[in-house]
Amino acid sequence: MSAQTALMQEKAGRSGPDLNTQALHMDARRESLRLLALLSPSLLLVFAIIIVPIGWLFWLSLFDEAGAFSPANYARFFEQASYIKTFITTFKVAFIVTGACVLLGYPLAYMLSQLPRRAASICLIFVILPFWTSVLVRTYAWLVILQRKGLINSWLIDLGVISQPLSLANNFSGVVIGMTHILLPFLVLPLYASMKTIDTDCLRAGMNLGADPAATFRQIFFPLSLPGLASGVVIVFVLCLGFFVTPALMGGGKVIMWAMRMEQTTSLYSNWGAGAALGVVLLVVTLALLGLFQWLLGARATGVWSSR
Amino acid sequence: MSEDVGLPISHRQRLWLYCLGGLVLLFLIAPSIIIVIMSFSDSTLLQFPPQQWSLRWYQTYFGSLEWRDATIVSVKVAVMTVLVATPLGTAAAYAINRGTLRFNGTINALLTASLIVPVILIGIGTFFLYARIGLNNTLTGLVIAHTVQALPLVVLTVLSGLRSYDMNQERVARSLGAGRVAAFWQVTMPQIRFSIVSGALFAFITSFDEVVVSLFISGGETTTLTRRMFNALRDQIDPTIAAISTCLIVLSVVLLSVAQIFGRRH
Repeated sequence: MSAQTALMQEKAGRSGPDLNTQALHMDARRESLRLLALLSPSLLLVFAIIIVPIGWLFWLSLFDEAGAFSPANYARFFEQASYIKTFITTFKVAFIVTGACVLLGYPLAYMLSQLPRRAASICLIFVILPFWTSVLVRTYAWLVILQRKGLINSWLIDLGVISQPLSLANNFSGVVIGMTHILLPFLVLPLYASMKTIDTDCLRAGMNLGADPAATFRQIFFPLSLPGLASGVVIVFVLCLGFFVTPALMGGGKVIMWAMRMEQTTSLYSNWGAGAALGVVLLVVTLALLGLFQWLLGARATGVWSSR
Repeated sequence: MSEDVGLPISHRQRLWLYCLGGLVLLFLIAPSIIIVIMSFSDSTLLQFPPQQWSLRWYQTYFGSLEWRDATIVSVKVAVMTVLVATPLGTAAAYAINRGTLRFNGTINALLTASLIVPVILIGIGTFFLYARIGLNNTLTGLVIAHTVQALPLVVLTVLSGLRSYDMNQERVARSLGAGRVAAFWQVTMPQIRFSIVSGALFAFITSFDEVVVSLFISGGETTTLTRRMFNALRDQIDPTIAAISTCLIVLSVVLLSVAQIFGRRH
C-alpha cells in the first residue's frame, strides 16, 4: 500500500465517503434551480402567448368545418385558385422586394464599410432611424408620396413629364416600394456588420500582388461578404412572406398577400381552421428557410436583432 | 482599424459609390422628412412643399378626444410593458449568461421565438387565446402580448452588456460576505445599467409602435394609437396622421439618442 492511498483512506475516513462531492453536487443542483427560477417567468409568458396558441391553432387546422378530422384545410390550398393566387403574389412580392433590397442595400453597406468610422456612424443613423420608426408612419409616408394626387404625380405633371397621374399606390408597385423601404435596414445592418469584419490586409495583399480595385472587390471582398449578404437576404425574404401592414394599406385590396389572407379568413369569414392552416404552413416555411440557412452557414439569422 | 492605412484607392475613384450610397440613404430618410414638413401645412391637400404653414393638424390631434384616448392607452401599455419586460428580461439574460443550464440552446430559441414566428400568427393566436380567457380589449392583455414581443430585445441587449462584464466580481463580493441579491444589486447592476436602460427603451418603442397584434387584441376603450391610425389610413388619408407621425418620429429620435448616449458612456 503506497503512502498516497493511505493518506486518501485516512482523509475519507475522517470526512465520510465523498461528502465533498455530494455537497458540490447539491450546490450545483441548487444553482441550476435558482437560474431556472430566474428564467421561468419569461419562459412561462412565451409559452402561454406563443407556443400554446400556435399549438391550439395547429390542432384546429386538422378538423374541417363539420368537426371531423380531415386534411380539408390543407387540401384547399392546392384546389382553390384564390389560395394559389395568394401564394404566387406573396412569393412574387418577396422575390422582387428581396432583389430590390440587395440592389440598394449592397452598395450602401459597402460604402458604409469603406467610410472612415466617424462618417460611417453618421450615415448609419439614417439607416437606424427608419428602422426604429413605426411601420405605419413609413407606410403613410409612401401613401402620401405615391398616391394619385401625391407628390410624385404632382411633380411629374408640373414638370410636364406626364399628363395623366401614374397609378403608383394602391397596387402592386406601391406594395413593393413601401416594403422595400421598410425592409432595407434588415439587409443593410447584418451585411454592414459582416463587411466590417473583413480584414483590410487581405484586400491590400491582393492589390500588392497586382490586382486592380475591381478584381480585388470581385475576387476577395465580394466572396467574403457573402455570408452577411445571405443572412440579410434570408431575414428580408422571411419577413416579406408574413408582412401585413403595408400590403393591407397600400395594396388597394388588389394585392392579397399571405398574412392578409390569414386576417381575412379569420376575422371576416371566421373560418379558424382555414386561417390556422395558413398560419401553420407560413410558420413551417419560415422555420424551414431559417433552418436551411443555419445549416448552410452555421450562423444564426436572429443575430441581426442584437445589432439594432 | 484601417482608417490611417486605407486601400490605395482615392476618394475620387470612389465617387460613384458615394453617389449611389447617398441616393439610397436619401431613399431611406426622405419619407420621414417629407412627412415632418407636410405636418405643418395649412392645406388639406397634399402639396409639397406646403404653400402656407400652420399647426392646425397638431391642434386637431391634441383636440380630438379619440386620438388623445388612444395615445394615453398606448403610453400606458408601453410604460407597463417596460416595467414588466425589463426585470424579466434582465433576470433571463443573467441566467443565460451563466451558461451552466443544460437546455441553454432551447431556452434561447424559446426566448427569441417572437422574433422568428410571423407576427400575424402571434396576432391571430393571441386573439384566439384571449377570446377564451376574456383578455381581449384589456390593458392586461395588451401588456402581456407586448411583453412577449419586447422580451427578446431586452434579453439580447442585457446579454451583450453581461458578456463584457466579468462575473468574477460578483463572486468576489459574495466571498466577502455579500448576499446574492446584494452582490447583484451593488456590484453587477451598476456596471450593466446602461444595457438595461437601452433594453428598457427598446421595450418601450417596441410596444408603442406595435401594430399587428394590437389590431387583433385591442379595441373599444383600449384602442391603441397604432390601431386607430391603421383604421384611419384604411379609410382615407387624413393630414392629422402626418402630425401624429411627426410626434412618433420625434419620439423615436429622442429614445434612440438617449440609448446612443447611454451606450457611449458604457
